Amino acid sequence: MTASETLVRMEHIVKRFPGVVANAGVTFEAAAGEVHALLGENGAGKTTLMNILYGIYQPDEGEIYIRGQEVRIRSPRDAIALGIGMVHQHFMLVHPHTVAENIILGLSDVPFAYPDRAVKEKIAEFSERYGLRVDPDAYIWQLSAGEQQRVEIVKALYRGAEILILDEPTSMLTPQETQELFGILRRMAEEGRTIIFITHKLEEVMAVSDRVTVLRKGKVVGTMKTSETNQRELARLMVGREVLFQLDKPPATPGKVVLEVERLNALNDKGVPALRDVSFVIREGEILGIAGVAGNGQKELVEVITGLRPATQGRVLIDGEDVTNKSPREILAKGVAHVPEERMHMGMVPNMSIAENLILKTYDRPPFSRGLFLDPKAIREHAERVVKEYGVSTPSIWTPVKLLSGGNIQRVILARELSIKPRLIVASHPTYGLDVGATEYVRKLLIEQRNKGVAILLVSEDLEEIFALSDRIAVMFEGRIMGILDAEQADVETVGALMAGIQPGGEAD
Amino acid sequence: MGRRIRFEKRAVVSPTVSVVANLVSLILALLVIALVFRVIGLNPWEVYRRMFSGAFGSKYGLSETLVKTIPLLMAGVGLALAFRALVWNIGAEGQLLMGAVAATWVALFAMPNAPAWILIPTMFVAGFIAGAIWAIIPAFLKAKYETNEVITTLMMVYIAEEFVNYLVYGPWKGAAEWGFPYSDKFPDAAQLPLWGTTRVHYPTLILAILAAIVVYFMVQRTRWGYEIRVTGENPTAARYAGIDSVKVILTVMLISGGLAGMAGVGEVAGVHHRLRVAQGISAGYGFTAIIVAWLARLNPLGVIVTAFLFGGLLVGGDTLQVSLQLPVATIDLFNGVILFFILASEVLTRYKIVWHAEDLST
Amino acid sequence: MDVHVFWTALIAAIPAGTPYLFATLGEIYAERSGILNLGVEGMMIMGAVTAFGTTLSTGNPWLGVLAAAIVGGLMASIHAFISITLRANQTVSGLALTMFGLGLSGLIGRRYIGTPLPARLPRWHIPVLGDIPLLGPLFFQHDPLVYLSLLLVLVMGFILFYTRPGITIRSVGESPATADAMGVNVFLVRYVCTIIGGMLAGLGGAYLSVVYTPAWIEGMTAGAGWIAIALTIFALWSPFRALLGAYLFGGVKVLQYRLQPLGISPNLLNMLPFVLTIVVLLAATGEVQRKRIGMPAALGIPYERGEK
Repeated sequence: MTASETLVRMEHIVKRFPGVVANAGVTFEAAAGEVHALLGENGAGKTTLMNILYGIYQPDEGEIYIRGQEVRIRSPRDAIALGIGMVHQHFMLVHPHTVAENIILGLSDVPFAYPDRAVKEKIAEFSERYGLRVDPDAYIWQLSAGEQQRVEIVKALYRGAEILILDEPTSMLTPQETQELFGILRRMAEEGRTIIFITHKLEEVMAVSDRVTVLRKGKVVGTMKTSETNQRELARLMVGREVLFQLDKPPATPGKVVLEVERLNALNDKGVPALRDVSFVIREGEILGIAGVAGNGQKELVEVITGLRPATQGRVLIDGEDVTNKSPREILAKGVAHVPEERMHMGMVPNMSIAENLILKTYDRPPFSRGLFLDPKAIREHAERVVKEYGVSTPSIWTPVKLLSGGNIQRVILARELSIKPRLIVASHPTYGLDVGATEYVRKLLIEQRNKGVAILLVSEDLEEIFALSDRIAVMFEGRIMGILDAEQADVETVGALMAGIQPGGEAD
Repeated sequence: MGRRIRFEKRAVVSPTVSVVANLVSLILALLVIALVFRVIGLNPWEVYRRMFSGAFGSKYGLSETLVKTIPLLMAGVGLALAFRALVWNIGAEGQLLMGAVAATWVALFAMPNAPAWILIPTMFVAGFIAGAIWAIIPAFLKAKYETNEVITTLMMVYIAEEFVNYLVYGPWKGAAEWGFPYSDKFPDAAQLPLWGTTRVHYPTLILAILAAIVVYFMVQRTRWGYEIRVTGENPTAARYAGIDSVKVILTVMLISGGLAGMAGVGEVAGVHHRLRVAQGISAGYGFTAIIVAWLARLNPLGVIVTAFLFGGLLVGGDTLQVSLQLPVATIDLFNGVILFFILASEVLTRYKIVWHAEDLST
Repeated sequence: MDVHVFWTALIAAIPAGTPYLFATLGEIYAERSGILNLGVEGMMIMGAVTAFGTTLSTGNPWLGVLAAAIVGGLMASIHAFISITLRANQTVSGLALTMFGLGLSGLIGRRYIGTPLPARLPRWHIPVLGDIPLLGPLFFQHDPLVYLSLLLVLVMGFILFYTRPGITIRSVGESPATADAMGVNVFLVRYVCTIIGGMLAGLGGAYLSVVYTPAWIEGMTAGAGWIAIALTIFALWSPFRALLGAYLFGGVKVLQYRLQPLGISPNLLNMLPFVLTIVVLLAATGEVQRKRIGMPAALGIPYERGEK
């Protein structure tokens, strides 16, 4: 192997989205024949950076050089023409079609008739070279996630990709398939191709990459040869070690057990296990924060507890009562409040008024309902009272919710959820997208509830928030609880390491 | 470099904008149709004048307009309800016909000798049930198997049409009608009373208006109505709120189909007094009712107005047929163009046009 | 029943089914690309009246047929604009077009009622093959449009299942987001397929007024468009199966009165296509079945590109 030529160089890339700077002056380069890992938490900016390289986004500032030449990549077509291929986290395949049909989709230089014949030879070639075993006549829906991924890789290679970007490629794979993938990537790198590998899993970085670049909050915090670093150092870089913002919080005095989750298992939308033997308890008056990079089962955990997703094994108990797989309504009746991740999409009916949204969960019982009929007076009074109590800024209680700001929407949701006097609050990314004032308000409210004896399950990507609010911290990785730590005693490094999949040194959970 | 037009979604569509948009669509539609008439060699203003005077210019015309309003109102209310829950019931025509069949069965075979005060309510109930069943089948398929209800309800229309024709040409062919495809005439007790010397079968009219009011209040004021509105506005939130969408779909279709069935009862028991070929009972009321419901923005009370409007339109069409020898299908032209413009205005009011001076680098 | 009667009925099934076949082939392509076109009936009848009128004024039935296809295509382009560019409700747009077509054709056709056609399409008698007893009349003595429809079945079926453009069309109907990501112009594909659908519907209508009947009668399509929509599903979106289905339904249409003496009501027979469609539709839903059978996943859903 000759000295590696720098194939990709991205300089001072800045990309802004409304309300956030995804990339704040990132300089990144990758060489021919190397496997380069891009490491960071969600929101660190790694996917954005690669989407810029692939032409899905345009940078606000900065330059890109491919093989030394400055280029402008305006669309994936341009990227493909430059020899850049990308395998997304969520595969883009047409399920009822065959592998061959998927590979040639959009290509113009295949024959008009029976195009899949021409493809087969070339696919066989890739299979030989890299061990990318794919059956051109198989239907996509017949294939496992690993096999589908191989199709995606062949798709990129078929279009002449010399620079291959893979976004969280192992999220759907079995350990076996992951090893096979690594073998394939190594072989491609040995041939001189450049592999850029987005991940948050440290084990993988150490296993397959030659170099690693760590991003945090839109900036590069380090680029180094993998052989010259270790997991702990990477974890520290990934999550940082600033002193975290502490909220005024009296010590917890946990009471009875409110929520008990026992060896919970569930599948995600693709039928792949998302929760594996998850167990924990939450008591009155305490906040359990679930830390972890998004996509490790937190969403599914919330959904199973609130009745929106079936559990395949295990139990959920509220105040000792088994509520596993009960309907959302029944679970709500047990006193479970749910502040959902997708505020507008799931938590609200955007065209309806504040008043009507406030009764979304309680419309079928007194005082809002008497018999078959809604009581408009009760609804109005409740809305007026609550809007004042929670400081919702709005011209009227009849204003459609979609006109409110994010912070006000969250106030409405909180007002609604808390009005049932819950025993347990499941709060999923409660301050996501909110400004500083709104964020502070929400956090204070949660602490207040906790002080009143409510049990709170907090899911958040914001590690600062987890540390600020939680009494105990559970870390999820690949559907498992890696560990549950006392917030007082936990430090960012340890938590960061668990988040990235490093097994705890001492006893397992 | 250059200017680009972009469509941006409007944050909220105020009711005033909607109503104005609808009015504008109607006017534009009439202008386009006028153009078509002009091209064909007819004087559009003459056409419109005759239509208007035919429908609204005389007591007879107004009463005929009411006659046509009745089924449009009854079915339209049901459709407004279904569409509110995003259940696309395109099969009101078929449900109407099955209601007519049920009424005929009651009047001619089940209890031909019963007195009016038993016969008439029974017919309406039977018609409601028949229409409801006809609608429930596609509803069930949608709720359980996610089968596309547009196609299933549509197919059920043609099955219903053929069924009616089968009956009047076959087993129910009237003994006294010399081979014409009619059933026997309904017994006097089964014929709905009329208003004075007009053809307005007022019991159905009263029921229809009642239905509009009741449905309006149900949707606005009951728990069930709330569930329907949430399901229609944001199905994800409905799930999150624990609303049973299967129940919503089924009940909504039941009522929608039932109301259409009752409209059918009105036609056979109030207007024709016998079962006839499908075309003779309903020349597209079920389809026109779709437009009626849409124009009223799915508000049952608004349907009272739009049904009357379209009733007038239909009578106007009849007038044209008689006085200008225009084909029956002329009314379809009106319906089609109006529907187009409503559709277009719906889209356009959803967006506003924004000028961008800078270069969009996509 | 007389065998001879049965046989002539069978032969008659082919021209009877040909209008269905044209319209269904067109609708298959439209739906395969993801667009539900309920305006087929309107396009067919406009095709019928256009063909008749054009033949009347030019004396050339081929021009009539061509004009019908153009008119059908124009109507379809309106539907395409509303459904694809404006992303409005496809069901309503299609219904509006049907009503519009029915109404306009009635108005235009007023003066054609009772007028005979000056010229007809020739009946071809293929030499040698056409003289074979029994099979000759069945296969080799039809008018050119029948042969055109058969050719279209082969060509359109071949393109859809065995060529690159066919993969593109099917992908657009299954997963427009994927096709878009691979550089396919989803809008263009849908436009083209929808317009083809309209043109063929117009052609089907033309066949009715210029060849089959031939005359202009108000509302002469008599639901042929709805049958075509049903047929599209019944044929499981395959042009080859559409051939069988069209002739089957054509046969039913021809036989309905001949079977009456046997006690089979023509009306109940006419119900069959619609009942069968519901059955097929039911069998075709459900993820697993759908993948094996082929209802395009994105049918009827407008495509909106996410942030690019």
